[in-house]
Amino acid sequence: MSGQAHATTGTYLRVAAILVMVTLIEVGVFYVPAFHTVLVPVLLVLSAFKFTLVVMFYMHLKFDSRFFALLFGGPLLLALAVMVSLLFIFYGALRLRTGV
Amino acid sequence: MAHSHSGAHALRTSMGLDSRKMAFWAFIGSECLLFGSLISTYLVYKGRSLVGPYPHEILNIPFTSFSTFDLLMSSLAMVLALAAVQRGDMKQGKLWLLVTALLGLVFLGGQFWEFSHFVREGLGLTTNLFGSTFYVLTGTHGAHVTVGVIWLLTLWVQALRGKLGPGQAITVEITGLYWHFVDVVWIVIFTVVYLIQ
Repeated sequence: MSGQAHATTGTYLRVAAILVMVTLIEVGVFYVPAFHTVLVPVLLVLSAFKFTLVVMFYMHLKFDSRFFALLFGGPLLLALAVMVSLLFIFYGALRLRTGV
Repeated sequence: MAHSHSGAHALRTSMGLDSRKMAFWAFIGSECLLFGSLISTYLVYKGRSLVGPYPHEILNIPFTSFSTFDLLMSSLAMVLALAAVQRGDMKQGKLWLLVTALLGLVFLGGQFWEFSHFVREGLGLTTNLFGSTFYVLTGTHGAHVTVGVIWLLTLWVQALRGKLGPGQAITVEITGLYWHFVDVVWIVIFTVVYLIQ
């Protein structure tokens, strides 16, 4: 046993309901033309919200040792940094090559 | 470190944490880097295909939304399985473990159908940059789901044979960590690959 208190069944069901609702909003935003100018930031925020909910409540990081959060959060931030750096490097190089 | 064959006493580190859980969180951290690199590759080559089919011509959002819903529900079933095993309700534990595995199989069936449909539409692994990065990213995720389903079914069989109880709840918890990680990776893939075209 982990020895840590976890969420209740009611909390798990509420989190599931929120996850389904947010997914419906994501799909709705995708199909509504009015949102197309802000599609990317809105979708990224909604996706990050779902990601956080699952990690905090279903993976119990909210209730578990902060050291586990460090073991997960450290590489996650590194992966995000690599992703952003690669995009900057690639599109920067592309812009230099094409002059656009 | 305390250790018993039944696993009733957790293996503790000097920090008082379960060493198996700590090792598994470190593994999940390494998986973040794996999927981070695959998602980066997809993004870097996004919109660089010289020939079709292109993402907007081929991706089926309603179908993938259903797959996303399926995987989210499998995560719910997984936490319900863990909660049941922790309180010693093995009847419920067995049921939710099986439900989680079956929902995983539904997801895999959907992915198999999607890949087959794409191949029929002319998108292969080497057709264009979209095909290469899409199949490698979603295929790696699918391979992880497959491992998860096999793991879940193994636990379910153990439970049927009476070899899984509250003393082995940590095993179910670690399986759950893996399963939920597969779910959060899909949350990102669904947004980055399917919705942001």
